[in-house]
Amino acid sequence: MIWKIFLFLLLCFVSVAGISFPIVDNPQAWYEFPFIKGLEQNAKIIFFHVPTAWLTVIAFFMTAIYSFKYLRKKNLDDDAKSYAAAQLGIIFCILATITGSVWAKFAWGAFWSWDPRQTSIFALLLIYGAWFALRSSIESEEKRATLSSVYAIIAFVTVPFFIFILPRIMTGLHPGSADDTNAGPIIDFKMNANMQLIFFLSLIGFTILYFWMWRLGYKSLIYRDKLNKQLIIRS
Amino acid sequence: MNKSYSLFKKDLHSELRTRYAINSLTMFIIVTLSVILFSIGNETISQSLTGGLFWVVIFFTSMSGLSRVFVSEEERGTSLTLQLIAAPSTVFSGKLLFNLILVFAMNTVIAILYSALFEAFVLKNFALFLVSFILGNIGLAFASTIIAAIISKAGAKGTLYPVLSFPILLPLILTSVQLTLFSIDGTSFETAKFELAIVVCYDVIILTVSYLLFDFIWKE
Repeated sequence: MIWKIFLFLLLCFVSVAGISFPIVDNPQAWYEFPFIKGLEQNAKIIFFHVPTAWLTVIAFFMTAIYSFKYLRKKNLDDDAKSYAAAQLGIIFCILATITGSVWAKFAWGAFWSWDPRQTSIFALLLIYGAWFALRSSIESEEKRATLSSVYAIIAFVTVPFFIFILPRIMTGLHPGSADDTNAGPIIDFKMNANMQLIFFLSLIGFTILYFWMWRLGYKSLIYRDKLNKQLIIRS
Repeated sequence: MNKSYSLFKKDLHSELRTRYAINSLTMFIIVTLSVILFSIGNETISQSLTGGLFWVVIFFTSMSGLSRVFVSEEERGTSLTLQLIAAPSTVFSGKLLFNLILVFAMNTVIAILYSALFEAFVLKNFALFLVSFILGNIGLAFASTIIAAIISKAGAKGTLYPVLSFPILLPLILTSVQLTLFSIDGTSFETAKFELAIVVCYDVIILTVSYLLFDFIWKE
């Protein structure tokens, strides 16, 4: 219980700090952010866009892990865990696409320009959609779990291509593409110390939030299945 | 090795007997190219667009024809027999060989028709195109066969096949379009080595994962 309160306070602080701290040329006070060339005023969305993209990959990784566990032990609880992870994954993927295109409008002038990293997040959305479509087309429970686990693992091995390889070798607008002279505002540490602190706190806070929601999700799926199969007698 | 070759020959002979896939796929290629030509009309299209459209035709023809290896077994009721007579990896090797031959045949026809019908499709670096064509076709066959195995066991097979295949094939298609554009522009092998390396990695990874996972799909 106490960590839920702590998480709530952390996310409140991150949201308020991320939105309200001003961006000035020469940050003097502890609550001021530096002016990053190329990003200027719209840099604050980094506190929300990067965690959603990070979480959708984590969610996909969890789906793949529990798919692997299901294929080994054939325990339907693992299938429920991968399903809960994928549900959260597709939500965060939609959020990452939307925040990314909003940021793209302000930074690059258009909502969508088929930059390799934008294409990658869209491909991830297609993978999640295909996974849910596959699940809905199979009636039998074990077959559904087996086939969707196999597809999740196949899709997961193509993810390194999308996330790490294609955006870095193809020319594009995103920081870190082939024609970008720096590796992005994080790796080059153009952010000063307090901005990095807020950024990493945001990342940690959203990750803890994800694991909490995932736990709630899979437990409710397992209870619902058990109730359906009358394994828990309703009093 | 012998058994998978016999399985491949069985598929080949039943295919040549009815010529179902060859006829329908050839007609599909002709129809797709006609639709594109009608839509373009008398406009000239740029070279980069021509290169991209090439892979669009290849993708949709593959989606039309490559699921037959597994779906026909399910439809004719012979998949249980196949499970009894051969180990899963043998069955997969036989089906993969059939799909490889089919992909190469189909895409060669597409490439020949395409270069005849589109004047902008002039390949300055033909060796690069040949290498990327071969590697791309191998990757296409590998990925399409494992997805065909998945959807053969599911319902809604026809509509689900392109939906499931497209995200898996996307790294291959993006890189192959880039390599086709390179060969149209005449860039050297030296500049294209990263993209070639990506296609080789993709082929190896998909092949490995397919063999590892096919057992789980195949056994009831």
